[in-house]
Amino acid sequence: KEVTVREAINSALDEELARDQRVYVMGEEVAQYNGAYKITKGLFEKYGADRIIDTPITEAGFAGIGVGSAMAGLRPVVEFMTWNFAMQAIDHIVNSSAKTHYMSGGKVFNPIVWRGPNGPPTSVGAQHSQCFAAWYGNVPGLKVIVPWSAEDHRGLLKSAIRDDNPVVCLESELLYNYKFTLSPESQDKDFLIPIGKAKVERQGTDITIVSFSRIVSNCLEAAEILAKEGISAEVINLRSIRPLDVETIVKSVQKTNRLVTAEEGWPQHGVGSEIAAQVVENAFDYLDAPIERITGADVPMPYAKNLEDAAMVQVQNIVNACRRVCYRKK
Amino acid sequence: VNFAKKFETYLCDGPENTATTNKDELIHYFTEMSRMRRIELVADGLYKKKLIRGFCHLYNGQEAVCGGLEYAITKQDHIITAYRDHTYMLSRGATPEEILAELLMKETGCSKGKGGSMHMFTDNFYGGNGIVGAQCPVGAGIAFTQKYNKTGNVCLTLYGDGAANQGQLYEAFNMAELWKLPVIFICENNGYGMGTSTKRSTAGKGYYDRAHYIPGLKVDGMDIFAVRTAGKYAADWCRAGKGPFVLEMDTYRYVGHSMSDPGTTYRTREEVNEVRSHRDPIEHVRSLILSNKFATEDDLTAIEDKVRKEMEDAAEKAIAAKLPADRELYTNVYIQEVPIRAVEASNSFVPSK
Repeated sequence: KEVTVREAINSALDEELARDQRVYVMGEEVAQYNGAYKITKGLFEKYGADRIIDTPITEAGFAGIGVGSAMAGLRPVVEFMTWNFAMQAIDHIVNSSAKTHYMSGGKVFNPIVWRGPNGPPTSVGAQHSQCFAAWYGNVPGLKVIVPWSAEDHRGLLKSAIRDDNPVVCLESELLYNYKFTLSPESQDKDFLIPIGKAKVERQGTDITIVSFSRIVSNCLEAAEILAKEGISAEVINLRSIRPLDVETIVKSVQKTNRLVTAEEGWPQHGVGSEIAAQVVENAFDYLDAPIERITGADVPMPYAKNLEDAAMVQVQNIVNACRRVCYRKK
Repeated sequence: VNFAKKFETYLCDGPENTATTNKDELIHYFTEMSRMRRIELVADGLYKKKLIRGFCHLYNGQEAVCGGLEYAITKQDHIITAYRDHTYMLSRGATPEEILAELLMKETGCSKGKGGSMHMFTDNFYGGNGIVGAQCPVGAGIAFTQKYNKTGNVCLTLYGDGAANQGQLYEAFNMAELWKLPVIFICENNGYGMGTSTKRSTAGKGYYDRAHYIPGLKVDGMDIFAVRTAGKYAADWCRAGKGPFVLEMDTYRYVGHSMSDPGTTYRTREEVNEVRSHRDPIEHVRSLILSNKFATEDDLTAIEDKVRKEMEDAAEKAIAAKLPADRELYTNVYIQEVPIRAVEASNSFVPSK
């Protein structure tokens, strides 16, 4: 069955709302408007105003309400219209939700899912085009998922809603319209993907490319191009930023001896930086070449199309990096 | 009991300025407020002996607020406050030993020694938030669950006069009123946010009328009966489905903001002594007991001695308890134990199976 990522998220929410009365959805325009990006389409009609809740434009306030409601026994799914706006609420995500279980010595917990589109869409400028994977990936107490395919979105989001820990779900606006084929298994209402496990999307022997979210598509395209040149690339879809599946990455590097990372976020202290450090710590002797990171350019996102293209990761950038790491020139 | 200071009301008629009580209640309130005062004095002493470290915010002077609110609600109702939280633990039913053990960083502490002074939790009490004002929407969220589950319970959400200027409080006011959440927003106005007086921090006079669409009361926060009466009135309002309520507690802290603050640079000793000698919440109850001849001075001294012994015994036990085991560093990060990287990667934590 072919579905868009948007439909995949919608069906996952629908099934979890049906499964557990404690689950509710809250955010700006999630109910009567059917979602700013139509992710929650039809849910208000089906579950009503008690469970699909439109909030005013007050991220700090409704994020705090989400945490409190979870501490007292509910399982909220809090949507941020985009993760950029969640900077207004980051205190509650980090200080109220991630840390309370620890600082209460295990007494209090808050099963909450924070979700919304992350990273650059196109043409919306600097304040609406940032990737937060490295930010939230930095915080103990949070789990961070970064789904790519329709299967990822269903399986990871459903796992997140059933998880007793707070989970940050970083989606991509550009992915919402992408179509993927869902296996019969992944259409099951109890289809769950374990948080913290990466998936090898393409097997290869010469180089490992690690990525997440929308850029996995670019990496698979790059792998096709490289295959024609005789380079066999293994593409790893991280699926989770925290816990980070270092084992799968290291095993792959032990096989291919070469590594490129690719992400939409900025380079400094990015996800690629962490992966490079982990590989150096755990598989240094297996590396036959320096690691290379492909990232968004280290600038606020510009508006002009030509500049924006130059700031964002393109397939060609990944191909170039892989060629360099494999010591091949063309 | 007639209240010395009348309620100031906003968008409501407010309760009568009088309350009835009896001997048992008075003795009970005297005892409980003495326990609050004493546990803070013990904490103060332990801090000065360097057995307690870090931040430590004491409640001395404000006992009528904590006590009066507890007697206005039931144990099924909920409370959340900021970092001045020791006495709320007591009033919610935690033992002095688990509170002091937490301050003393022991494994028997209410948060296993991992929370400290500002992060204490017990049944239907959610701490314990160290970020000024952050507990306000969280409290509205606890009330959200009460409405969602139709429990009929309310959530008391406490904050100081300093936090009353945080933007997220107004976000919480707005949603609480829109959604008719059973939350009572309670400003403990002790006159100073750290060392900044309300005059220097806050444009406008009142805190009880600051959510202009939510009714409120200004309450003499030094009178446990006024607090109890106002708390009941507000709780009834919430339980009737009429939405949130705001209370301003006019109170005072005798001590500094925290242990590092002598509390004398931004106010005079005379001001503190004036409140102590004329408005002290415990002395108020004492005088009611004595003037009604419900007990003698000696009886009350005996109660105070008993309370002192209770707290000293608790402190002794807490001091004797063990520090948390090393592995506790790595537990409760997530609900399930997971592998966690240590300072040195080679020492990393592997959960036992």
